[in-house]
Amino acid sequence: MALLEVKNLKTHFKTPDGIVKAVDGVSFTVDEGETLGIVGESGSGKSVTAMSLMQLNPVPPCFYPEGEILFEGRNLLEASEREMQKIRGDDMAMIFQDPMTSLNPVFTVGDQIMEAVRVHQKVSKKEARDKAIEVLRDVGIANPEKRVDEYPHQYSGGMRQRAMIAMALSCNPKILLADEPTTALDVTIQAQILELMVGLQEKYGTAIIMITHDLGVVAQLADKIMVMYGGRAVETGPTDDVFYDPLMPYSWSLIRSIPRLDKAGEVRLLPIKGSPPSLIFLPKGCNFAPRCPFVKDECHEIDPGLEEKRPGHRAACILSVEEIEENKHRIDAELGVEQA
Amino acid sequence: MSANGQAGEYLLETRDLKMHFPIKAGVFKRTVGHVKAVDGVDLQVRKGETLGLVGESGCGKSTLARLILRLHEATAGEVFFEGENILKYDRRQMMKVRRNLQIIFQDPYASLNPRMTVGSIIAEPLRTHKGTTDNIKRRVQELLEIVGLSPEHYNRYPHEFSGGQRQRIGVARAIALNPKVIICDEPVSALDVSIQAQVVNLLMDLQKEFDLTYIFIAHDLSVVKHISDRVAVMYLGRVVEIADRNQLYNRPLHPYTNSLLSAIPIPDPKLERQRQRVVLTGDVPSPANPPPGCTFHTRCPRVQDYCRNNVPPLERQEENGHRASCFFPVVSGQKIEEPTASTPYKAGE
Ligand SMILES: Nc1ncnc2c1ncn2[C@@H]1O[C@H](COP(=O)(O)OP(=O)(O)OP(=O)(O)O)[C@@H](O)[C@H]1O
Ligand SMILES: Nc1ncnc2c1ncn2[C@@H]1O[C@H](COP(=O)(O)OP(=O)(O)OP(=O)(O)O)[C@@H](O)[C@H]1O
Ligand code: SF4
Ligand SMILES: [Mg+2]
Ligand SMILES: [Mg+2]
Repeated sequence: MALLEVKNLKTHFKTPDGIVKAVDGVSFTVDEGETLGIVGESGSGKSVTAMSLMQLNPVPPCFYPEGEILFEGRNLLEASEREMQKIRGDDMAMIFQDPMTSLNPVFTVGDQIMEAVRVHQKVSKKEARDKAIEVLRDVGIANPEKRVDEYPHQYSGGMRQRAMIAMALSCNPKILLADEPTTALDVTIQAQILELMVGLQEKYGTAIIMITHDLGVVAQLADKIMVMYGGRAVETGPTDDVFYDPLMPYSWSLIRSIPRLDKAGEVRLLPIKGSPPSLIFLPKGCNFAPRCPFVKDECHEIDPGLEEKRPGHRAACILSVEEIEENKHRIDAELGVEQA
Repeated sequence: MSANGQAGEYLLETRDLKMHFPIKAGVFKRTVGHVKAVDGVDLQVRKGETLGLVGESGCGKSTLARLILRLHEATAGEVFFEGENILKYDRRQMMKVRRNLQIIFQDPYASLNPRMTVGSIIAEPLRTHKGTTDNIKRRVQELLEIVGLSPEHYNRYPHEFSGGQRQRIGVARAIALNPKVIICDEPVSALDVSIQAQVVNLLMDLQKEFDLTYIFIAHDLSVVKHISDRVAVMYLGRVVEIADRNQLYNRPLHPYTNSLLSAIPIPDPKLERQRQRVVLTGDVPSPANPPPGCTFHTRCPRVQDYCRNNVPPLERQEENGHRASCFFPVVSGQKIEEPTASTPYKAGE
């Protein structure tokens, strides 16, 4: 049994303009100690997916018309708020792009970690404080005995991110949900934080769901990948398979649209035309059809589900693997790009 | 390099340019210190090239851009455009220069007035420079087409457009007066990756078509590599290394450039697994209180005692004007932790 199994999750929002299908049939699994990377453009439903796992979407306007979130076999969509409170922190913890969403500016960093520890474990104040100092040291805060009594504003951006990770890890969760944890940081600080997360994962065996729009970050960290587009999972598979042989035209286009540090830069970027769909008025057929370079007539009619194209490698596209490979070669030849 | 005069070799040049913002405190708003946002920058920009400008948040990239456009008055230094120091110009002279120096901002949402139609936004610079109404409308429609929008968009408002389209509007406004130089301040950072390529390609096409010179500012070193001919790396208000694109990326000399490049994740999992990273410790110091000596010494993996007390000048270290400010530059193939030279580098030795 997978540690976490999400089956056909649908998370919708009732709004005055209509129903926003923010997440619309997403399935994936995460095993112990594994890292799943979720990538996709702005508005594709990454954060709503993570917030659904934690049951933190505001209900209403949010509702879950379908699906299951099985954590160790238990469906979280049926858990009470009391049960969820225990699961959040104990089993699953989340870190955000902006650390100030989880750090309260009027309490010291230490107080907040101690509070988190004491909600979940029966320990004395002294023990909780020792634990807070220990986790701060764990995440690389120098001088934690002194820093524990400081307020968030006395920390730099990178240190706040570390403090938030410390708080998330203080109860040894089985899964850490990281929603763009380094997007607001400079690259040299991002490198520090990612190194830290990998180190902690090795030490504690935590599973990580890493949400990012940076394909480089998933290439660095993820064991497997889920690509999201317009509220759907459009491709899932082992990291190498998705990168070296993407089977969904969107993932392929995305990889081809970004410049690479290790390439000379002479190759023209392949842009994806148009922009992402509105989640209220989704196109008929495949969500990506209006922008797809491989599109054929049926794509505007048939809504493709995620299907296994190669062992362990799923994609939502009605084209066969052969057709997809043919199209890739055709476009590369048109652009005069050598195949890797 | 003509360090002592002969301006005119370059289209645009800055000399020892400085911007020290006063820090005020207390009820009497006394100046208690200065943020040294830009602290002595010499840059030369050649006609028709793209000079990339990279560095971490707060290192002074935007301030430098604003100084060149005189949106801030410099604390010290000079800015030469076509051989003349424009910091000495009066308003009327500046008006003339302005049409040749344009800027595109990062945020396509904030930089366009929501109450103005796309047509009037793009027409604004044309009007300021006295075009006739008829001509203006035709020119705006032509501009819309050049940047890949439709002339029918003339009467729409910014909120009706996606981020990428809005950035195209910003581009159309910037090229309206046929400028010679466009400073692009993070023009694609706010856009989705799939849209970034559209705007990058557009900027590159326009450059060829209209013989534009770009200063391209970004914190994404991959995008900068893609678009630039030469690249300057800034740290705490100074340029610490500048070189031709490939030389800078393949053989960086400054330990900071090395660490910066090493920190960037590459979208290639096999390559990522093999990479050895130089992970810098600590944060960027405050520009209000920069460290003495080499300002990078607090984070530098190669630091020696000498670096703490002496300021390394930005000097020529290799062919093609590759310059770096470091006493113990990283020689190609060397491990960054171990400087091999025992004596500090000096130009010409
Ligand atoms: N409370 C809400 N009410 C209505 N719509 C919502 C709500 N929360 C999210 N949405 C919508 O759900 C969609 C998916 O949003 P989500 O935040 O998951 O995107 P994302 O992939 O995380 O994007 P980003 O990369 O910008 O963070 C968006 O269209 C968003 O506007
Ligand atoms: N008007 C101002 N008054 C005071 N300080 C300022 C002002 N503008 C910028 N600064 C400071 O100057 C320094 C350089 O800022 P600048 O915006 O030039 O950096 P940047 O390299 O463009 O950063 P980013 O990548 O975040 O855009 C920062 O410390 C900033 O806080
Ligand atoms: S001068 Fe010294 S401290 Fe500065 S970058 Fe070079 S080696 Fe590092
Ligand atoms: Mg999000
Ligand atoms: Mg800036």
